[in-house]
Amino acid sequence: MLAPALALLGLLFVFPVLYAGYLGFTNLELVGSRSHDYTFTGMDNIVRMLGDYVFVKSSQLTIIFVVGSAIIGQSVLGMALALLLRRAVVPVRLVVGSIVIVAWVLPEVTAALVWYAFSQAGGTLSILLRNSTANYLVLTPLLIVSLANLWRNVAFSMLVFSAGLRNLPTEVLEAAEVEGASTWRRYRLVILPLMKQTIVTNLLLVTILNLSEFTLIYVMTQGGPGIETMTLPLYVYQEAFNFHQLGYGTAISLVLVLFGAVFSLLFVRAARNQV
Amino acid sequence: MSAVQARAALPSRKLIVVPYRRVSLAALSTNIVLIMLGGFFVLPMLWMLLASVDSNPGWAIKLPSLTLANFTDVLGTAGALSSFRSSLILAGTTTVVTTVLAMLAAYPLSRQHIPLKRSFMLVILFASGLPVSMLLVPVYQLYVTLGWLDSLYTTALFLAASSLPFAIWLLKNFIDAVPVELEQAAAIDGASTLRILRQVVLPLTVPGIVVTSIYTFINAWGAFLIPFVLTSSPDNQVGSIEIYNFMGSHGLFQFGDLAVFSLLFSLPVIVLYLVMSRYFSGAFNFSGAVRG
Repeated sequence: MLAPALALLGLLFVFPVLYAGYLGFTNLELVGSRSHDYTFTGMDNIVRMLGDYVFVKSSQLTIIFVVGSAIIGQSVLGMALALLLRRAVVPVRLVVGSIVIVAWVLPEVTAALVWYAFSQAGGTLSILLRNSTANYLVLTPLLIVSLANLWRNVAFSMLVFSAGLRNLPTEVLEAAEVEGASTWRRYRLVILPLMKQTIVTNLLLVTILNLSEFTLIYVMTQGGPGIETMTLPLYVYQEAFNFHQLGYGTAISLVLVLFGAVFSLLFVRAARNQV
Repeated sequence: MSAVQARAALPSRKLIVVPYRRVSLAALSTNIVLIMLGGFFVLPMLWMLLASVDSNPGWAIKLPSLTLANFTDVLGTAGALSSFRSSLILAGTTTVVTTVLAMLAAYPLSRQHIPLKRSFMLVILFASGLPVSMLLVPVYQLYVTLGWLDSLYTTALFLAASSLPFAIWLLKNFIDAVPVELEQAAAIDGASTLRILRQVVLPLTVPGIVVTSIYTFINAWGAFLIPFVLTSSPDNQVGSIEIYNFMGSHGLFQFGDLAVFSLLFSLPVIVLYLVMSRYFSGAFNFSGAVRG
């Protein structure tokens, strides 16, 4: 019964992963003679990357985006929402919780569109900031796409943390309360340590998911203005399908996988060391 | 005790049970902070709702001069309807393929002794984290070779492959929760594996199947990058790409139509999410999943 799933995964997952490992070291192109007559070029793509200004900039942008929007923004706001919603009155909890979740359920293109509208000159944001001729998607593009991404994805962390909080042993919390621990001490010394496993899992998942974020940024900016929001997934797409450099694009995508592996190792090690 | 007596007894009891409740500063500020956060979250969405019924919308939120013209505009365009049809074919095919294959795979993974099962589940979990960007070029090359480009059904196969790892993992957790004794009883009565799956496990796993299929459908409905690369003809243009093209071409002049189209495109997944959330509470409990 496993066979159909294995066949599909083999053809359209395992094979492409291995194939990517090969194509990343070739000079394959989308059109022209090198679209069929390509060769293995060893370290050429890696050398090219190291001298590629856009690649270096793109890597920096990716790290800023993931650390700012996902690791810090999404996790901190997600935790804050989970903690606050537990103590809110029922109508506030239902309404605010639902709004946050709807933002997450909306198709990514829709989220990109409403944030595009929000940040345009003459859009709601510019009016709120009393500067209605300012296009914030041009002035502070990375900040706006990071905020849009935070807006869209925070529900995920909120739900993960809410589930984690529900699973905490109530006796321990009650004991801390009876002993007279202040709210802040209860969070820092009791709740956070008990939630460590959930926090690490959340950090791993949001990092991996956000590293490969493409649609939201692409629909809002196509990586622009200039290359101000050209994170690695967008650069992979641009090199491969706009500039026809399929081999080089694949090589860049392998670096993206490497980033994911490094982040994951860091989290897992940090979690182990604290035990 | 009669109803009248009971009612008479109520007030006095109430006085004892419910103590004087003071509104603490902390509770008040909690709710105020949440309302402000809720405001920040609702503002961008509000534009779509208001602009969709406004006869003269701009980029900002404002009170609409009410009209339904935007709706009749969009519903009267052949392109809009055709893109909904394409999205439905793409997401529907992806969902059926993913759910059926995931169910067939999750059952033995949950119940039978399979060598290296634990490693297989870990590989599956890891695989669902690989970026799609990495697979784009090899899959594109493969589709060129197989002659599979520009078809909604073959595109759905790749979407199914990329959603399968998570679907298997989700369904396995649901099947793990079904008591194994029922199946043992059926097996003793001489039922075949497939029959046990169909008549015993399937009915008990309905919530899991609903969650998995709706989750898969929501993702496939909103999918952008994969159909963007693998399909090209206007007939196969899905809703997400239609919105993107619309923004690029004449979005600057037709805010109302754009808002209506994206609103209609978003409604199905919001409704499906509401259906799913009834079964959903346990699905976000990752606490035991990645224990080192």
